[in-house]
Amino acid sequence: MGRKLLFDKAHIEGIRYYDVYRANGGYGSAEKALKSMKPEEVLEEVKKSGLRGRGGAGFPTGMKWSFIAKPEGVPRYLVCNADESEPGTFKDRYLMEFIPHLLIEGLLISSYTLGCNSCYIYIRGEYAWIPEILEQAIAEAKKNGWLGKNIQGTGFDLEIYVQRGAGAYICGEETALIESLEGKRGNPRIKPPFPAVKGLWDCPTVVNNVETLAAVVPILRIGGDEYAKYGIGKSTGTKLISACGNINKPGVYEIEMNISVEEFIYSDEYCGGIANGKRLKACIPGGSSVPILPANLLLKTAKGEQRMMTYEGLADGGFATGTMLGSGGFIVLDEDQCIVKNTLTFARFYHHESCGQCSPCREGTGWMKRVLQNIENGKGKMSDIDLLWDIQRKIEGNTICPLGDAAAWPVAAAIRHFRDEFEWHVLHPEEATKRNFGLAHYADPLEIAAPAAV
Amino acid sequence: MAEEKKLFKVKIDNISVEVEPGTSILNAARRIGGDIVPPAMCYYSKLQGSGGKCRTCLVKVTKGSEADPRPMPKLVASCRTNVMDGMEVANITSPEVQEARKGVVEFLLLNHPLDCPVCDQAGECHLQDLSYEHGADTTRYEFKRRTFDRIDIGDKIQLHMTRCILCYRCVFTADQMTEKREHGVLGRGEAAEIGTYIQQSLDNNFIGNVIDVCPVGALTDKTFRFKNRVWFLKPVDAHRDCHDPKCCGKTVLWMRGDEVFRVTARKDKYGEVEEWICDTCRFDKKDVKDWTIEGPRKIERQSVISQGHYVGVHKPKDTLVEVLEGRQPKLLLDIHDISEVNRPEIDLSQIDGPAHSDDFNKK
Repeated sequence: MGRKLLFDKAHIEGIRYYDVYRANGGYGSAEKALKSMKPEEVLEEVKKSGLRGRGGAGFPTGMKWSFIAKPEGVPRYLVCNADESEPGTFKDRYLMEFIPHLLIEGLLISSYTLGCNSCYIYIRGEYAWIPEILEQAIAEAKKNGWLGKNIQGTGFDLEIYVQRGAGAYICGEETALIESLEGKRGNPRIKPPFPAVKGLWDCPTVVNNVETLAAVVPILRIGGDEYAKYGIGKSTGTKLISACGNINKPGVYEIEMNISVEEFIYSDEYCGGIANGKRLKACIPGGSSVPILPANLLLKTAKGEQRMMTYEGLADGGFATGTMLGSGGFIVLDEDQCIVKNTLTFARFYHHESCGQCSPCREGTGWMKRVLQNIENGKGKMSDIDLLWDIQRKIEGNTICPLGDAAAWPVAAAIRHFRDEFEWHVLHPEEATKRNFGLAHYADPLEIAAPAAV
Repeated sequence: MAEEKKLFKVKIDNISVEVEPGTSILNAARRIGGDIVPPAMCYYSKLQGSGGKCRTCLVKVTKGSEADPRPMPKLVASCRTNVMDGMEVANITSPEVQEARKGVVEFLLLNHPLDCPVCDQAGECHLQDLSYEHGADTTRYEFKRRTFDRIDIGDKIQLHMTRCILCYRCVFTADQMTEKREHGVLGRGEAAEIGTYIQQSLDNNFIGNVIDVCPVGALTDKTFRFKNRVWFLKPVDAHRDCHDPKCCGKTVLWMRGDEVFRVTARKDKYGEVEEWICDTCRFDKKDVKDWTIEGPRKIERQSVISQGHYVGVHKPKDTLVEVLEGRQPKLLLDIHDISEVNRPEIDLSQIDGPAHSDDFNKK
């Protein structure tokens, strides 16, 4: 059994409520931080822990917090990004639904560290029932003196507000989220200035993912140094992975970042292998926007080493032969799944969710979707594959926010690794609408070039 | 004693310039001028918050600054990126930038109808200039283009969303020039459109400026629609005493003969208005008597309008006789002998400017 830090008490009946949470050691970390530590000391612990942003980019949290500007007389804000809209990712939902107090405790400690007196949870509109759970938890916390004025007699004030989004994926981008929170159209802002300097209402703001903020609680409980001992290298601690697709046991798993991808997919503790006795074809390990990998590259890196479930492990080989950990939306495809159709689904999503602010993303995502639709429906041409490659290359990196990149990467990776399947679709239009390309050689062992003789 | 301001040294395409801190790369490039100025479709120096959206002004920062010489990992929008001391920027010297710009122009033209022959903006359209310079010969887009119905916003302005490139300039204008924000962007992604909700007319006295800021023919002056091509008109500087304190009263009249076809604000060489004018000046004062004419306006752009200059024009030398070694050309056919349309009594060379049907109709 892997060690758990966030979900260690998730199985306890009624952990959602304050009394049970408190009885099981809840708010212990907050008590420790508020009563016996200075904000700088908490920041130091977070820095020592090596905690990295769990929302996708993996930026060190301690460093992000230390960037926040601290001008005199200007309020600072902490915003919790609960706009979890990436296809394949549903880890924050589980956390907020079952242990909301963990998030609130995390927000309390983080706000204390950053010196914020108001804090917002921006939650996606489709999670319609969760705001109630959170607000109930906030009310309970307030009743017991963990929120409001003069928390536990320490003189620190904090209010937490829950704000529902209206269902736009783009509002998960931190500056678009801030715009939306201000009541404006959710268009990403042009950076710089970064939110740490000019964020919500032009005040210094930190935007963090739900899981990142929740992870602050175990860090304070066990100490930053101890937390850093979990995981491998720079990927410290535990990560929530929401596994879905053709696996026996889909769900949210907390993994310590020291297991291999193979273990995660095939062990009974986690996914429990591929469903219905099929074989693994491909996997998107970090939510829809990260590059897809064929089975052989997923389990072993290009160098023939075991691929690990860590930030570095999954990114090994760059985009040529690797991918990213992203937000942990682990989507597994078996041999019956069609990569072209899968790519089209993602392209359609990004086309639908593009905010339309900058031209490459507004026009390019729709174009990619239409070209993919043609290929999928048996009307494709060989030149369309190269055209797709060219379009994604011209979107990537040229947009205001990362949505352009997120739309381009799945298409790029699908063509890079599954070009023969695209070609098969073009050459066998009739057949492609009726049956699938199948597994081909995607699961074959990798050919490793023999080291050159010295 | 006033403290001397430290200037930042910047190199753009290997040309050095010293600018004040806080200047954007685009404005530093404009200080140098010439070919190295990145094109800008959405940035407008007079409008706060504009820029960064169209991505045509992308440049490569090859050296971040003197203190941190690392290059920037991505291409940056030069209109919204400020210069640092010792920064080195590559625009036309970087193939990567040229390639990306070509891509952006292709994206901008993807859903653009390219109806220049019937568009009032033709001749002074930034997108037209941009596509001449960076566009491909043909489109690779094989799908149906996005179309919208034309909307009248007020009785003087027409919005034709099909041509729009969503630069947001008009949104910023409406927001910053008028007291009440009356139009914005509806929808998202490809379906995004400039809209006044429920087609509410914009009756503010400064809303006409949205026509001037529009880089394409999406917002057009209904008092001028289909009246004339801009390159047939003679632009002259003029002014009048406008009662509106916010209006500068300094305009350009676009005339043919004594007739004022339209009135616009004065634009600099990057197509940006120098000072805003009110709608009374723009739409209602279309008589020469209303204005004090200052003289011909020089249009500093490479467009066809600059063909209409009064000054510096030389009559072409009659070389035919020279080529024919002194012989006079023999007229094979006089058009008036066979045409009933042309009127031989009207001497075409006596008509001011290009011929108009009125010239033939009036007795």
